[in-house]
Amino acid sequence: MALDKPYKDVPGTTIFDSEMARKGYHLNQFCMSLMKAENRARFKADERAYLSEWPMSEEQRQAVLDRDYNAMLALGGNIYFLAKIFSSDGKSFQYAAALMTGMSEEDYKAMMVSGGRSPDGNRYIGEGT
Amino acid sequence: MARITAGIGASHVPLIGRAIDTGDTQSDYWKPLFDGFDFTKKWIAEEKPDVIFLVYNDHATAFSLDMVPTFAIGCAEEFAPADEGFGARPVPMVEGAPDLAWHVAQSVIQQDFDLTIVNKMDVDHGLTVPLSLMYGQPKKWPVKVIPFAVNVVVYPTPSGRRCYNLGKAIRNAVESFDEDLNVQIWGTGGMSHQLQGPRAGLINQEWDKRFLDRLADKPEELADIAHVEYIRETGSEGIEMVMWLVMRGALGDNVTELHRHYHVPASNTAVGHIILESQS
Ligand SMILES: [Fe+2]
Repeated sequence: MALDKPYKDVPGTTIFDSEMARKGYHLNQFCMSLMKAENRARFKADERAYLSEWPMSEEQRQAVLDRDYNAMLALGGNIYFLAKIFSSDGKSFQYAAALMTGMSEEDYKAMMVSGGRSPDGNRYIGEGT
Repeated sequence: MARITAGIGASHVPLIGRAIDTGDTQSDYWKPLFDGFDFTKKWIAEEKPDVIFLVYNDHATAFSLDMVPTFAIGCAEEFAPADEGFGARPVPMVEGAPDLAWHVAQSVIQQDFDLTIVNKMDVDHGLTVPLSLMYGQPKKWPVKVIPFAVNVVVYPTPSGRRCYNLGKAIRNAVESFDEDLNVQIWGTGGMSHQLQGPRAGLINQEWDKRFLDRLADKPEELADIAHVEYIRETGSEGIEMVMWLVMRGALGDNVTELHRHYHVPASNTAVGHIILESQS
């Protein structure tokens, strides 16, 4: 019997469940490796070579090289693991969040200061469109 | 006898730690947030708890996907502030309370909650930011801490109901410890926030405030909130609120709300804070 996944209809959101954790295992463990300064230096020196040491899919590697965080999420990345990549780049959570929403960092910050994104119209896929 | 006298709920946003560490708490952006903790700082200096049972989550710091414990209790003598990728926070070592921690581990496991016992673990912003919020920047933390990590990263996280019941078991455990100790329990994380995907930035002030309204007197209602409601209403990372329910469960049936604060935003997050005193 299939597992119950009632969160599948939440728009713009990927829940890091068992399916995604299995899919993204090597991608996330690669991210963890960036917690060490020496690994960060090796990654920075030759990103593609460093990525080739990890048994990730080519799609996952390309998403990392492109810093396409939405693609990484879809390929099993978890945001707290992916944070190791943008931290290595000297970028903040807010930078990454803005990027994933397609907004400029400035517009995103302004949205947060004025109270954030409303849940209205953002609860169900297809709602209000 | 040891007793749990009070509980604190507080968000644990990393950027709050950075604002404290860089002396930026009085800027226009941060002052309204930190003002809400002035009361708490004075209160806790008078209360002088001996031990904080600190419920938090690890953010892919101590636990990678190598191991994902649902509930982990820190039984070590001390815990180092973690390097989360840009150097460790300049905060003191966290001193553990191993005698009480081992006692709680044994008692809670005997009450049918299967805890993972951890003897070596660095602690990330989830634990150190609340300490900084309540105690400022001391040379040494004036309190011992039992780190209690809840998995809220790999889904499914434990349910709100299970966290609430776990809190009750922790209360039983602490009350059966012979030493005379003033123990507080803190539930950290939340409130509404989403850090990922096109829906990032979601904040639900109305929902958050209703949660705070019910925490003292209607915890049973909160314990029934399903995972999917947290995700849908409060953002994917709003699920951290289940950790506040561990705290609430450990305070007994009757509590008094002493202080409350709510502020939007800290970076991507709605910050909530509450103090509840245990009456039973
Ligand atoms: Fe957290």
